[in-house]
Amino acid sequence: MNKGVAITGMGIISSIGNSVEDNFSSLLNNRVAISTIENISTVHIDIIKVGEIKKTNEQLIEELQLKADNNFSRTAMLGVIAAKQAVDNAGISSINEYKTGLISATSVGGMDMTERHYYDYFDNEELVKFIKCHDGGDVSQKIAEELGLKGMVTTISTACSSAANAIMLGARMIKSGKLDRVIVGGTDALAKFTINGFKTLMILSDGYNSPFDNDRKGLNLGEAAAYLVLESDEVVEKQNKTVLARVSGYGNANDAFHQTASSENGEGALLAMQKAFKVADLKPEQIDYINVHGTATPNNDLSEGRAIVRLFGEDNVPDFSSTKPFTGHTLAAAAAIEAVYSVLAIQNNVVFPNLNFKTPMNEFNLIPQTTLKYKNVQHVLSNSFGFGGNCSTLIFSKSE
Amino acid sequence: MEALKQELKSKIIEVLNLEDINIEDVNDDDPLFGDGLGLDSIDALELIVMLDKDYGIKLVDPKEGKDIFQSIETMGAYITANRTK
Amino acid sequence: MKKTYINGLGCISAQKTFDTVFLEEVEVLENSILLPLKTPVYKDFISPVAIRRMAKGVKNSIVASTLALKEAQLDTIDAIITGTGMGCIEDSEKFLKAILDNNEEFLTPTSFIQSTHNTVGGQIALGLQCKAYNVTFVNGSVSFESALLDAKMKIEEEEATSILIGGVDEISDYTTSLFKLAGYIKQELEGPYPVLNSTTKGVVYGEGATFFVLEDKKREQTYAEVLDVEILNQLDVEEVEDKIIAFLKSNTLQISDIDAVILGYNGDVEFDGFYKNISEKSFVKIPQVYYKHLSGEYNTASAFGLFVGANIIKTQNIPDVIKINAVEKSDYKTILLYNQYRGIDHSFTLISRC
Repeated sequence: MNKGVAITGMGIISSIGNSVEDNFSSLLNNRVAISTIENISTVHIDIIKVGEIKKTNEQLIEELQLKADNNFSRTAMLGVIAAKQAVDNAGISSINEYKTGLISATSVGGMDMTERHYYDYFDNEELVKFIKCHDGGDVSQKIAEELGLKGMVTTISTACSSAANAIMLGARMIKSGKLDRVIVGGTDALAKFTINGFKTLMILSDGYNSPFDNDRKGLNLGEAAAYLVLESDEVVEKQNKTVLARVSGYGNANDAFHQTASSENGEGALLAMQKAFKVADLKPEQIDYINVHGTATPNNDLSEGRAIVRLFGEDNVPDFSSTKPFTGHTLAAAAAIEAVYSVLAIQNNVVFPNLNFKTPMNEFNLIPQTTLKYKNVQHVLSNSFGFGGNCSTLIFSKSE
Repeated sequence: MEALKQELKSKIIEVLNLEDINIEDVNDDDPLFGDGLGLDSIDALELIVMLDKDYGIKLVDPKEGKDIFQSIETMGAYITANRTK
Repeated sequence: MKKTYINGLGCISAQKTFDTVFLEEVEVLENSILLPLKTPVYKDFISPVAIRRMAKGVKNSIVASTLALKEAQLDTIDAIITGTGMGCIEDSEKFLKAILDNNEEFLTPTSFIQSTHNTVGGQIALGLQCKAYNVTFVNGSVSFESALLDAKMKIEEEEATSILIGGVDEISDYTTSLFKLAGYIKQELEGPYPVLNSTTKGVVYGEGATFFVLEDKKREQTYAEVLDVEILNQLDVEEVEDKIIAFLKSNTLQISDIDAVILGYNGDVEFDGFYKNISEKSFVKIPQVYYKHLSGEYNTASAFGLFVGANIIKTQNIPDVIKINAVEKSDYKTILLYNQYRGIDHSFTLISRC
């Protein structure tokens, strides 16, 4: 196998916890956070449930000690919280000491502010500052500013696979020597825009999402941010750093099937996984746990399941679970929070449960791991797929 | 029923932006999806909203649309039987 | 290490930039603060069934990418990498307005789907049936350069031999009005609104779609080689020169080796100092070029800048309409592009004749 790129820090805020430790504890103790929405007023309040971070924007502003006249979107604030944790966790005190970059992912950007103030900008001068925070780049720039980072900053938006591509690009930039250190991940806040967007596609569940269940009815949206710090082996060695795990494989392919739906045979997903194995120089039987995309939409789980069957063989699929029943689908952040969960699985030799599963799907014999399971976890494969046919796979491995 | 079918044809052309198609081009029995008008699953979602907005019919499962949207004929029949406005 | 060559390009802009000789038919529209693009005949490029739901940015990108692929004589590629600052903002507006105006009822999916930033790359892939690597960058004025950097890395990693990259952004009514309100776009006073030596705040705004085919091989139709690209989120005016010198040095070049510099002047007196400072100092003796008076400013206008640079190298000529100074060179071998927007998202791109 290939050695992979060192992960030296991670940070996360999600509906199941405000830190890596809190998230881990929730995963161990089945603390689910799918609930009625509180921070956004929506006519759908009674028919949707979401993975919401139960902190108001005012509380986030206070936590980050932002000035009263700040123009941070919620997406940016969540991003800053998680990115700061990751940098602290990596023991970085001087952010620009090495050639450091930030590759962040978002799908909504500052839409949460735009939709709040859209018609009021012309009547209220105080709101004009929020016009600037609409685009995805502003989110990353704000994170960089709060970290004091000056260097390469960019943003990826490939819908629900965004953060996987950010992690992938970061790993490639470390490997090629273009950067010594890079903060990678994603952030997305809940917004009326996405809630209604997913509603028009009729893929929101009115209950609790149940991935890979025959009677699954759709997804719950969520909000979260998570970041990893990747560092070159030279920096790791020089600073004698603890390596949490390694990004050993990555693959990106396009399903080229439909604007929003995945192909029935999971072609794009299969290609992404195959590429990741090639990069990692690993064989499917070496995977101990798959953190599936598993959104619990009828279409995703069928397509992803078929791809998994095609790659592993129906009888040889390793333990797998979707953690989205805990957190909801956090869109551009999903692959980042699931990267944190994958690293936790490796560090603690544990497979997290796929909650809400009752009935196997008719189409194949795939039963997710439904209870917490301790076992040696050497390699974790994590899938993330998005609209536009975007399919990405990451493989995380224990650092030897 | 005849008036409703004409109405549906013009609405479908308008809602789905079928610029190159005229009402006369659409026969009552022509399949709307696949080989006929060539509509797809996103169009089906658009038509579900049309049922709700214009005829007060709410579909919960997009799969229900499959039978209803076979042709102008089947759509007309379903709307006539189930409309609330 | 494999090299990266520009082997095809397609440009939809406020100017006539395809089926014409390079910048021969341009018009300088100094009396306008908005430069909408010249709409191509979409039906020449896209089937009527496919076109009916497409956002403006998607349509323009499909036309531009079709032109680029045609020029490179390719039917398929190993990666599609897109940059867009604001995405298909017209459809975002449409969907958001529908949410607000109808109190979240009777919404349809089309404008939501078209509003997702990666819809351009997704629909190009769908059209080409291209299952390869596909990524979209959305970081203000380095969205396109991020795509360029990613593509160059892919070629160097030998993960791809041919890549389609592009930058696309749209003008939309409401966002334009918001940008005017915020002072990003010039106020409508009495024109003209020259981009050089401007004395007013805000930019002349535009839109466009510019796509390139990059390959690891030099061919007959090759425009230029992409030597390097660097992205820096934040610089002070005084830091730019040093950063450029360091960037050139890492490519074993110095300022005197540069045969032309293409600068992103956009007419905003508040931020054009970033360019002016090097225009008037270290680059005085070097031919200087500007282009946003032709394209307008938008997050991916720098892709139009690369279109200009690639053509200067290919034609060995700088048309008068884009000259900042009167310095000329007999040979345009190495060209540097520098761009930033409102003091952030700086990029340096280096191309050369090969």
